[in-house]
Amino acid sequence: MTQTDPVTIWTIIIGLAIGSYALRFVFIGLVGDRPMPTWLLRHLRYTAVAILPALIAPLVVWPSATEGQPDLPRMSAAAVALVVGVISKNVLAAIFSGAATLYGLLYLLS
Amino acid sequence: MASATSKSYFWKGFRDGTPFIFVAVPFGLLFGVFATEAGLTIVQTMAFTSTVFAGAAQFAALQLLQDNTPTAIIIISALAVNLRMAMYSASLTPYLGAAPMWQRAFAAYLTVDQSYACSIVRFEKEPDLSVPQRMAYFVGSVTPITPLWILATYLGAVLGAQIPESWALDFALPITFLAMIGPMMRTFAHVVAALVAIAVSLLTVVIPFNLGLLIAGSAGMIAGAQAELILERRKLQR
Repeated sequence: MTQTDPVTIWTIIIGLAIGSYALRFVFIGLVGDRPMPTWLLRHLRYTAVAILPALIAPLVVWPSATEGQPDLPRMSAAAVALVVGVISKNVLAAIFSGAATLYGLLYLLS
Repeated sequence: MASATSKSYFWKGFRDGTPFIFVAVPFGLLFGVFATEAGLTIVQTMAFTSTVFAGAAQFAALQLLQDNTPTAIIIISALAVNLRMAMYSASLTPYLGAAPMWQRAFAAYLTVDQSYACSIVRFEKEPDLSVPQRMAYFVGSVTPITPLWILATYLGAVLGAQIPESWALDFALPITFLAMIGPMMRTFAHVVAALVAIAVSLLTVVIPFNLGLLIAGSAGMIAGAQAELILERRKLQR
């Protein structure tokens, strides 16, 4: 695998450790009992649901393992994992059905 | 302080948090495996998982690390994934904000999807709970998964080194994330946020340093917030 520079990795670990703690502490620790602006809460509600799909979408359409060529097993696996997740609301069921689709199609098409 | 009743609320939280073991253990194992694949040592992996203590952000950071993204962008993007923790913190503040500072500092570290999900349901259902009872419940809800999450990461990191490359693990991470996204689609506004974020991320993929991710994420957040506003106004008009 890629050899990664330890300074980079430690910078990321320490940056994320401090940053994540700050995000968790900011309201419960600093705001205390004071009320929060609704516009801020309204945007915060959609952070995870916006960032995660934005991270994944290019990887699904142009996978790195096939050097950016759209790939049927990977696209199908992505669709199955997403649909099973939406319907079942069960993360593990979605992971396993997506993985089964990926390995099933990779095996059948090879 | 009513320590006897606080103790019973600790165990109530413990019971309600126990089912999440079935999520935390496989995720911990996967994180250990991916971290090893991404070139992290066992010490780095364990420091990562026990200090950051947030699966999705950890996975996001690993994916970007493998894409040779600049360090600052990795940190900002992974923290953006964790912005929901700030929302949890904000949402718990009316219930736990009156606790002593050392307890709030400790609770902040333990604020994760599972402890938030359990606690907010219980606090809304039983509005008469005292602050010590709430704090006991909150800590109880995360007690079953914390040690197992850390142990599972360790096992994954040890086993990960022995997994052959032919296993197509490059795509295990996208599948894991997609599986996490499905259950988040609770309202129409969530779906709008996700669709806008996907469209913008595909359009901005040419922008260097993965900055497209932050642009797409912001666009999705704004779209979700606006969709929520429009839906609320329509409800009021009826």
